[in-house]
Parts: sequence; C-alpha cells; structure tokens
Amino acid sequence: MCESCGCVGDTGHFEVSGSIIKARTDKQVDVLHDLLRANDHQAAHNRAHFNTAGVLSINLMSSPGAGKTSLLEATIVALRGRLSVAVIEGDLETENDARRIRATGAQAVQITTGNACHLDADMVHAALHAINLRPLDLLFIENVGNLVCPASFDLGQHSNVVLLSVTEGDDKPEKYPVIFRAADLMVVSKLDLMEAVGDFDPQRAAGYLRRLASAVPVIELSARSGQGLDVWIDWLIGKHTALRARQYGEFRERHG
Amino acid sequence: MRLPQRSITSMHELSICQAALQQVLAVASSRNMKHVGRIRLRVGPLSGVEASLLLRAFPLIAAGTRCEAAIVEIEETPVIVHCKVCGSTSDALANRLLCASCGAWQVALVSGDELMLASVEPAERQDALRERADV
Repeated sequence: MCESCGCVGDTGHFEVSGSIIKARTDKQVDVLHDLLRANDHQAAHNRAHFNTAGVLSINLMSSPGAGKTSLLEATIVALRGRLSVAVIEGDLETENDARRIRATGAQAVQITTGNACHLDADMVHAALHAINLRPLDLLFIENVGNLVCPASFDLGQHSNVVLLSVTEGDDKPEKYPVIFRAADLMVVSKLDLMEAVGDFDPQRAAGYLRRLASAVPVIELSARSGQGLDVWIDWLIGKHTALRARQYGEFRERHG
Repeated sequence: MRLPQRSITSMHELSICQAALQQVLAVASSRNMKHVGRIRLRVGPLSGVEASLLLRAFPLIAAGTRCEAAIVEIEETPVIVHCKVCGSTSDALANRLLCASCGAWQVALVSGDELMLASVEPAERQDALRERADV
C-alpha cells in the first residue's frame, strides 16, 4: 500500500535529524524539537494514507475493560449496509479481540505489543500493510487498555475517542487529564449498569472534562442494551461525511 | 511511593527516551561531537511524561553511545492558560484548566504540554571519561 510514497515500512524512510535552529558560541546547540517528532512524522504519513483512501480513522482509548471491543462489535452490526469497517487491535498479548471482531464479519488485524503499554505510529503503519484501505469507510484503532501511555502518541487518527465506563467512577477525567484532554469525544459506556453502580453521575463526569478546557461532546450509551447507540452512530456518520466532503472539495480544487 | 525498578520497562518514558536519544545522536553527529556532555529537555505536566522516569530511563537507553556520560537536565514548564472570556493569563493546575480571574473553562493552553529537546552540549573526552569513572 505504500507504493504511492515509496516507503518500505518500518522506520527507515524518514529522517530523524533535522534543522538546527541556532548554535551558540559556547558550543551548546539549541535544538527546540518536539521529542516525538519521528512518531509525529510517521503519524502524518499514516494520516495521508487515510485521507487518500477516504477512510475515517478513530483511535479508541480507555482503561482495560471499559468496553471498547463490545462497543466496536455493536457498532459494526449497526453500521452494516451503511459503512464498511475494519479494526486494528492493540493488546499486550492474545488475538482474542481480533477474533471477536472477525466474528462480526469485519476485517481485523491484531497487534500484540509484548511489553509496550501503548501503540505508536510505526506499529499502526505496519498493521496498515495488512489492510486494504480502498473499500473501507471507517478504521478503528483499538489502543492498549491504559489511561496513561497511549495519550502521548499520535497514530495518524482523525479523532480520539475516550471511553469512560460507569463502573470506573466519574472523576477519571480529573485523575487522568492528559488522555481526556486529547479526546475529541468522550463516551460514557455501560450505561445499563449505572443503576447498579449507584454513584456515577454523567453530569459530574462531563463537568470534570470541561475543567480540562475541553468543549468536546459527551455521548452516554450502552453497547449491550443499545441505549444511546444511535447518537454514537450519527456522530461517526457525520465525521465520515465531513471527511468525504473535504476530500471531494480538495479534488475539485486540484482538477478545476 | 517509589516504583519498583523493573516496572520501568513497561513505561512509555522508555519509548520517549529512545526518541530523545535518536535526536541527540543526530545533532551530535552533525556537529562532530565525540561525546555529549549535557542534554536539556523541556517537559510540561500535560505532556503525559513523568520527568523523573525519563531521568531514570535515559542511562539505560544511552549505554554504549556517545551520550552515555551525558548529564540530562529537565526544565519542567508551568501550566499557564489564556482565558477566551476575560482575556487574562494565569497559572493553572494540570487537571483544573480554569481561568484564575473569572473561573471560565474556555481557556487556551499557553504552556504546560511541552515535550522537547531544548539543547545539546558537547563534553571534552577527558570529562566524559572522568564522569563515567565516577558512576
């Protein structure tokens, strides 16, 4: 899939070294580069692939067990006949999640990270070589269940979605500000368990999110009961439509 | 509480250190530095990276390279927000990005999410050897 850019996979195709802003006379070299620029470069490359193929890519993040895979299963079923979906699964071990996705009929690629606590842009790029993007509308990247490490790594996604299940407590945005601040959408999941949990207040969770200076929407849903799922599906379709419209606009501009 | 030493292998700070080392080595080789003496990083609380873990991970990553004797200094940047409602600029906490003047949450981050290589300084070979001998 990388014939268009000539890259050969892995990390060999980009330069880490770059422009040095100035050298001081006392031999100190001032650099002022983002430490993750190599990852950011690869992420931009992934994003270019997604844009070329018109595939909306979503980086799904949460703590382990918040219901990412269950939400994906329900989403794939709900989008059947409307949008074509594939999933990249990130876990330390096992193909379990990829198997669950494949059982719904969707394409799934499992990345097992071993000891690594997050996905990075290189891992996603390697997985992209196993996926045919052309017929796809939507690619989910299910990150390693972790509210800390995945927050720092751009994968090339169009949107970050962070799940917060009602069993975790509504103050998670206050405890893990970095990842919730990166969210383009917060999904409150396992809504069917809210009564049993008793003390989860979605308003309070949204309040903690606002305190991170975030104006992003919050969708409350249950993948099991289907409650609120239509709002989530509409959000995805809206994002996909906007991406295709942008792509069409750029095409028109290029070709008159 | 101190983290057990071996937990560092599953920290994303290790990946960040790897990225930092690659950048420093690129600068060092383009400037013909035989040994790197000092590396300055700039890290904000909202970068998602723990400065103390970076400091602990770096020697593990840099062993055997021209950075192995380098002193790593981390400048921790403050969290500062600019209010879109009242226009004032104020300090904030990482998990309470609110305007200190009017309390609004409609603020833009001015500082606090940096994760940067600020500068690289060469070491004289003698210095590098002496520092290594001290370890």
